Amino acid sequence: MPSLKDLKNRIGSVKNTRKITKAMQMVAAAKLRRAQEAAEAARPYADRMSAVMAGLTANAAGQAGAPRLLAGTGSDQRHLLVVMTAERGLAGGFNSSIVKLARQHADRLRGEGKQVAILTVGKKGREQLKRDYGDLFVHHVDLSEVKRVGYDTARMITDDLLQRFDAGSFDVATIFYNRFETVISQIPTAKQVIPAEVPADAAPANALYEYEPGEEELLAELLPRSVATQIFAALLENAASEQGARMSAMDNATRNAGDMIDRLTTQYNRSRQAAITTELIEIIAGAEAL
Amino acid sequence: MADTMQFDLVSPERRLASVPVREVRLPGSDGDLTAMPGHAPAIVTLRPGMVVLVGADGSTSEFAVTGGFAEINADSVSLLAERGHPRAELTQAVYNDMLAEARRAQQSAESRREHVGEEVVTAAVKLVGDMVAMGTHIGLDPNQSTVPD
Repeated sequence: MPSLKDLKNRIGSVKNTRKITKAMQMVAAAKLRRAQEAAEAARPYADRMSAVMAGLTANAAGQAGAPRLLAGTGSDQRHLLVVMTAERGLAGGFNSSIVKLARQHADRLRGEGKQVAILTVGKKGREQLKRDYGDLFVHHVDLSEVKRVGYDTARMITDDLLQRFDAGSFDVATIFYNRFETVISQIPTAKQVIPAEVPADAAPANALYEYEPGEEELLAELLPRSVATQIFAALLENAASEQGARMSAMDNATRNAGDMIDRLTTQYNRSRQAAITTELIEIIAGAEAL
Repeated sequence: MADTMQFDLVSPERRLASVPVREVRLPGSDGDLTAMPGHAPAIVTLRPGMVVLVGADGSTSEFAVTGGFAEINADSVSLLAERGHPRAELTQAVYNDMLAEARRAQQSAESRREHVGEEVVTAAVKLVGDMVAMGTHIGLDPNQSTVPD
C-alpha cells in the first residue's frame, strides 16, 4: 500500500506528463496543417509531371533506345531500398511501420538470392535497421538540420541516387514512406522509382504533341526530374504522416494520463478516508477504555 | 477563337501564377518562342531566362525561371519550373544564389568529367552562360556571385 505522500507525488508527475503530451499534440496539430498545405501546394506540379511522363514513357517504353532510367539496366539483381523515416520518435507506429515494410522487402529479396543495399533518410529508421542490416547501409541522409522539407532536399537525395545509378551500383531503387490517408491512418508504401514504372493504362495519347527538342532528349531530361518529383512527394507525405501519427499518439497518451489521474485520485481519497477512520477508531477505543 | 489562354506557372513547392494571358514568350532551349491562343500542342524544354506574359489588357509581367519545361495547348500553357521568381522578387541576392547553384553544378560536372561524359559538362557550362546572359539582360551583376568551396 503506497503512502499518501507517494500517491500525491505520483498524481503530480502524471499531471505533468499530461501537460507535456497535450502540448506535443497541439504542436503536432499545427505542424500537420502546415505539412498538409505543403503537400497540397506541390500537387499541381506532380500531377502535370506525371501526365506528361505518362505520355512520353508509353511512347518510348517499347523502343530499343529508351534511356536506362526507364528501361532499367537489363537485370534486377541489385536492389537499393530507400527507407524514409522521421528524425524524431514519439509518433506512434510511424517509424516502425515503415521499417517493418522495408524489412519484409529486404528479407524477401534476399530470400530470392538478390543483393540488397539500404539508404536511410531520417535517423529513426537507421537506428531500427542497424542491428540486422547494418552491413547493408550505403548512405544516410540526415534531415535533423532541415526545418521544412523543400524541393532542394528531394533534389539532394535524387542527385545522390542518380550518381549511384550511373556508377552502376544498383539496378532497382524502391522508396519506402508513409502515405498520408487521414490523421489516424497512414499507410506504409513501397514505390519503385528507378527504373520508372510505366503506368499500365497510359495510352500513347500524347502522340499529337510536338516535342522540342526531340522526344528522346526530352525524356532524358525529364526522367531525373520525375524521380525528384516522386521523392519530393514522398517526403511531403511522410512529413504530414509523421505529424498525423504524432498527433493521434499524443492524443491517446493525454487521454491515458487523464484516466490514470482519475484512478490515482480515487485511490488517494480512499486511503485518506481509511487513515481518518483508523484514527477515529483509535480515539473512540481509547475513550472507552477510560 | 478565344483571345486569351490560361497560363499556369508551377514550381514543385507551389503554384506561382495562374492567370489568363494573350501571349507568352518563352525561353525555349532551342530558341525563344511565343505561344498564343490556338498554338499547336507542344512540349518544350526551357533554358534559364525570362518568361514574359502579356495579359488580356496588354500589360506585361515577367518571371525568371531556371529551366524546366512548358506544355503548350491551344487554350493553355503550363510551365513547370524548378525555380521561378517574379521579376520584382528577383533581387541581386536571389540571383547570386541561383548563379552560385549553377556554378556549383558546373564544378561538380567538371570534376567528374570522365564519369558523366562530355555532354553533361557542356550542358553545365551552357547553363551558367545562360544564367549570366539572363542577369545582364535584366541588369543584375553576374560577377557578385561567388562559389563557396
